Amino acid sequence: MKIFLKLTFFFFIILSLILSRANAAGEQQELLKVDWSFKSFFGKFDRASLQRGYQVYTEVCASCHSLKHLSYRNLAEKGGPEFTELEAKAIASNFEVTDGPNSDGEMFERPAKLSDKFVMPYANVQEAIAANGGAYPPDMSVLVKARKGGANYIYSVLMGYDEPPAGMELDDGVYYNKYMYGNKIKMSSPLDDDIVEYADGTKATVDQMAKDVTTFLQWTAEPHLETRHKLGFRVIIYLSVLTILVYFSMKKIWSRIETKV
Amino acid sequence: MSDHEYTPKSKVGKWFNDRLPLLTLANHLTDYPTPKNLNYWWTFGGILTFCLITQIITGIVLGMHYVAHADLAFQSVEHIMRDVNYGWLIRYVHANGASMFFLAVYIHIFRSLYYGSYKSPREVIWIIGMLIYFLMMATAFMGYVLPWGQMSFWGATVITNLFSAIPLVGESITNWLWGGYSVDNPTLTRFFSLHYLFPFLILGLVVLHIWALHVPGNNNPIGIDIKKPSKDTVPFHPYIVIKDAFALLIFLLIFAFFVFFSPNILGHADNYIEANPLVTPAHIVPEWYLLPFYAILRSVPDKLLGVIAMFAAIFVLVILPWLDTSKVRSTVFRPIYKQFYWFLVADVLILGYVGAMPAEGLYLLIARVATAYYFAHFLIILPFLGMKEKTTPLPLSITEPILGGSADMAMAKNNSDFKEKL
Repeated sequence: MKIFLKLTFFFFIILSLILSRANAAGEQQELLKVDWSFKSFFGKFDRASLQRGYQVYTEVCASCHSLKHLSYRNLAEKGGPEFTELEAKAIASNFEVTDGPNSDGEMFERPAKLSDKFVMPYANVQEAIAANGGAYPPDMSVLVKARKGGANYIYSVLMGYDEPPAGMELDDGVYYNKYMYGNKIKMSSPLDDDIVEYADGTKATVDQMAKDVTTFLQWTAEPHLETRHKLGFRVIIYLSVLTILVYFSMKKIWSRIETKV
Repeated sequence: MSDHEYTPKSKVGKWFNDRLPLLTLANHLTDYPTPKNLNYWWTFGGILTFCLITQIITGIVLGMHYVAHADLAFQSVEHIMRDVNYGWLIRYVHANGASMFFLAVYIHIFRSLYYGSYKSPREVIWIIGMLIYFLMMATAFMGYVLPWGQMSFWGATVITNLFSAIPLVGESITNWLWGGYSVDNPTLTRFFSLHYLFPFLILGLVVLHIWALHVPGNNNPIGIDIKKPSKDTVPFHPYIVIKDAFALLIFLLIFAFFVFFSPNILGHADNYIEANPLVTPAHIVPEWYLLPFYAILRSVPDKLLGVIAMFAAIFVLVILPWLDTSKVRSTVFRPIYKQFYWFLVADVLILGYVGAMPAEGLYLLIARVATAYYFAHFLIILPFLGMKEKTTPLPLSITEPILGGSADMAMAKNNSDFKEKL
């Protein structure tokens, strides 16, 4: 058993090295922490929260931020917001996409289908930058994974708008945010109480919307998170049982000679 | 290589074996006499073979879906993560597999350092091992470039730029590596090609590594030569096979925990941002397993000398069998070396830590001291210690760790302490 102690010791040294690296650049404010439903060992998404989060995304974020790696069909897939296929079709048909060329060799507009990728708010990066005062609104598909602190970071930024501390000069179109790297952000506070009206009657406070949209973005970044947790649990159980069986087989085999194993 | 001649029982087997002695080889591998006192640190050879095979298999599947093009690579990785059946699993196994591979290889190397497995007659095994390690680093580095995220791009830029430090031809070499005047599509496609090739070179070297191992046989925790086969050995199958399987399963439990429950903790968040040549990330850091060398590189103020120091840090390992002058293999009998051994372990961990920190102020100072100590360990301490150190008495065999019937009570006591340690 001593060997396992040693092994775990090494394992934790390395893990702590990694974690210390993760905190290395962390001179900024400590992030707000939320007890996300998807965090734990058996973590799952809160389905209603995902659906509300999608609503916040379309009504608030989507005018500037794309979700280019997602398709409309994803909205009806298992482990996601799980809209019904009809609902997802209806959502898709609200958007126009360019298709073609048709038999006359011409491009044409048609309503989006489930198989289409999410329609982008801008034609290209340059247009997006020009329309947003020189800052590119990042694509949100993997945003949660692309920021240190993940979901907590996104939530914190959404909640972190405040008056700048005395003495801090802000240019036009630059806002103060407690949790943003460098505390300056070019996006004005996107959320206000009741900016959306939730269909399920949930009160649309800033906090509620921030949680919902962060949950939604966690899903867009990790669409298979639920399957991963479920499969992971089974794999761990399977490996544990097998380990125990192999351990006793090993003991049995080595008992033939007078050496401990 | 076994002491007895092997003849297959069946006629067909004999006919085939006379023409291609595969059955003799299989018989050699099953019967291969292994010291019976090997501890669990010896199971990492098998674990590493498993890691290599896993990386190759998952890599081949990923290669079916990945697109090596600067405009499409990032998107194709997302396609794997979202749309390919269990693509997320294959990619997370591959990405975390690289880290687990290095975790295992570092344990394997430090085991060798502790028990003196690099010493005569095992120098060639050690040198092949170092070649494998070097190729692993190159392969892992190029693999990290393939998703074409920010760290991919800027990591590639920093590392390839190192070659520009070479006098006179540096710039031409860098341009030749890039296939242009900056890291761009040609760089990505060649890295993909080489990333696919190198694992098979490693596989070939692994075969040589094992072949070279099977000539003198395994070293063991007390580091003495043993008669083979004898009371001191067990046949590889089933004794070592089952033990390796058990250790592998423990290893897999940790592996699975990373893959399923924190698949991105070992990576850098910035690599989920698409590569952008116009935006430099705040800190460019390599993957954790390259950090000690990165620290050595940055601790030297001159660029060329830094690059030389970094490569020298690997090269001193290659010539280690001739730097360590002690005839005694196992640290168990080298009380002073044992302390220096743990200093070295701490030193490398410190180098890894400062490698992740910005190269300034106190961190830079620590990195310089640690770098100096690293080289001092191999170039000064080891050669001198080997000549000066008084080692404790060696046992004659594994089963009789100390000369039987010795009247020397101190030796007998040593003997019982020693058994506990094993």
